[in-house]
Amino acid sequence: MAVEARDVRSEAGVWRRESRARHFRERAIKVVFTACAYVSVLTTFGIVFVLIFETVGFFRQVSIVEFLTSTQWSASFANGEFGVMVLVYGTLLTTLIAMLVALPVGLLAAIFLSEYASSRLRRWLKPALEVLAGVPTIVYGYFALTFVTPLLRDTIFPNIQIFNALSAGLVMGIMIIPTIASVSEDSLYAVPRSLREGAYALGATKREVATRVVVPAALSGIVASVVLGISRAVGETMIVAVAAGQLAQFGGPLESVQTMTAYIVQVASGDTARGTLTYQTIFAVGMTLFVITLLLNIISYWFVRRFRETYE
Amino acid sequence: MTKGSTQATQKGAQGPDFKTSTSVRYGLDRVFAALVFVATLIGLVVLAVLLVDVAKDGVPLLSWSFITSFPSSIPTSAGIYPVLLGSLWLLALTALISVPLGIGAAVYLEEYATDTWLNRLVEVNISNLAGVPSIIYGLLGLGIFVNLLRPITGGPSLISGALTLSLLILPVIIIATREALRAIPDTVREGGFALGATRWEVIGSHLLPMALPGALTGTILALSRAIGETAPLIVVGAATYLTFAPDGPLSRYSALPIQIYYWVSQPQPEFQVGLAAAGIVVLMAVLILTNSFAVWLRNRYQRRI
Repeated sequence: MAVEARDVRSEAGVWRRESRARHFRERAIKVVFTACAYVSVLTTFGIVFVLIFETVGFFRQVSIVEFLTSTQWSASFANGEFGVMVLVYGTLLTTLIAMLVALPVGLLAAIFLSEYASSRLRRWLKPALEVLAGVPTIVYGYFALTFVTPLLRDTIFPNIQIFNALSAGLVMGIMIIPTIASVSEDSLYAVPRSLREGAYALGATKREVATRVVVPAALSGIVASVVLGISRAVGETMIVAVAAGQLAQFGGPLESVQTMTAYIVQVASGDTARGTLTYQTIFAVGMTLFVITLLLNIISYWFVRRFRETYE
Repeated sequence: MTKGSTQATQKGAQGPDFKTSTSVRYGLDRVFAALVFVATLIGLVVLAVLLVDVAKDGVPLLSWSFITSFPSSIPTSAGIYPVLLGSLWLLALTALISVPLGIGAAVYLEEYATDTWLNRLVEVNISNLAGVPSIIYGLLGLGIFVNLLRPITGGPSLISGALTLSLLILPVIIIATREALRAIPDTVREGGFALGATRWEVIGSHLLPMALPGALTGTILALSRAIGETAPLIVVGAATYLTFAPDGPLSRYSALPIQIYYWVSQPQPEFQVGLAAAGIVVLMAVLILTNSFAVWLRNRYQRRI
């Protein structure tokens, strides 16, 4: 049809004012593009549908009170306990360790890139740091298990377990540095020059300008970057699955813990038939994870809108 | 006026930690400058240590037979042939599915969409999807593609894996393409309309060709993320041990990161350190290749403008 319309035009040498074929083609193309855009909405519906469907099946067999209050997780045994808080604890512990690394290092790096580095250095350093975010997480898992854990055992913690929350958390922190540095740096860089010059005019030094004027002025962006980092850490899978182990317990940083994501991987690595309780369990855990990351996204969105400082 | 009184008034105005001594303040400045510099270097140093560590363990094991052999329980004869092929299949299928969808969605949002609540919902939804953990996409794929659509996809097949990865990277492709389209000045569109071209004629003849390099750069980066993804593929049932190479979209498969995970999980050091590291070297080589291609594309594009 398209070819036909074009042929007529070239043969006649005149532009056809109203062509039915042309009109039809326009509408058809618009419908196709619109359909593409709605695939993303379908994806969200698909996620919510699948999670809710299987989670409802799970709660038919396990009470929601047990799921949220029990302090034991032994889902792979017959008559096992389903206290998801044990897995949530594993996730929170590794996330906390990761943020203890990523928050100070990422924020200080952002201050360096925005306030101290020359624009040439900045152009080189920013993409170089972002390479850290592009390394596949299975590679970080390998690094945590075969390099960081032996290093910690030989130096500071001789009785650290082979699988432990500490090295998984530390390496996860390294992975999250670019997320925090990059997003914070954008908001630090956006603080208008006049604020810095005002502070210099009052006799402040460079450090005082950076820490007392620029950082507070960019606070909403910094908080957003931290929440984004936390949400990355909570959803991170392969580092913790490889290096933190598969033992669901309230362990310390030197001991093995199991995160929500690591549990899903553990079950999915084996063969699990559809419709069994174990199959439904990974969806119930996935639902918990999805709700937590969704809440974090909403907090970040709300915080940025509520506390954004706007300057002319 | 004594020094003491100055200090006292400033204490009152500035808070208790203000120090009047300029030498102390400049000293702290130097410490702080060093601190922020070191913080920036930490990430890069760890990256360098990681690369050296992997190369040290993995490069000695690299050989042609490692690339062309099947995984094996005997470490010296184990290779990555079927999983490398699986990764390439996944890459091709994911690109075929996600690129048209992503570009189509971006064109709709930039060139057609008006400011209605439905379109705003689509936008918020895309930025939300970008924040969903990848393992959740795995659960989506397991529930929909592997189980619900089993008659069509054949269960845990290449096409199920590729569909899952496509949905995962779709937001990235859409965002990159939208940025490329937004960078085209409106004069191009108006010029086209003034000559009597329809919307699609303007898009097809001018906007898409102009946006293509930028969109491709973002797309290649997204695809290279898909090559390295492990968690969602484990959930949609990529096998950890295969004795045959995939031969079509409905075939069972495994992928390079899955094989690395399998080797890392073995207690014997020949697998856990040696073979896993060799697999990582190959994976990183593939990633460096694709990423350099993206960077090359971007530089070429930037020079043209």
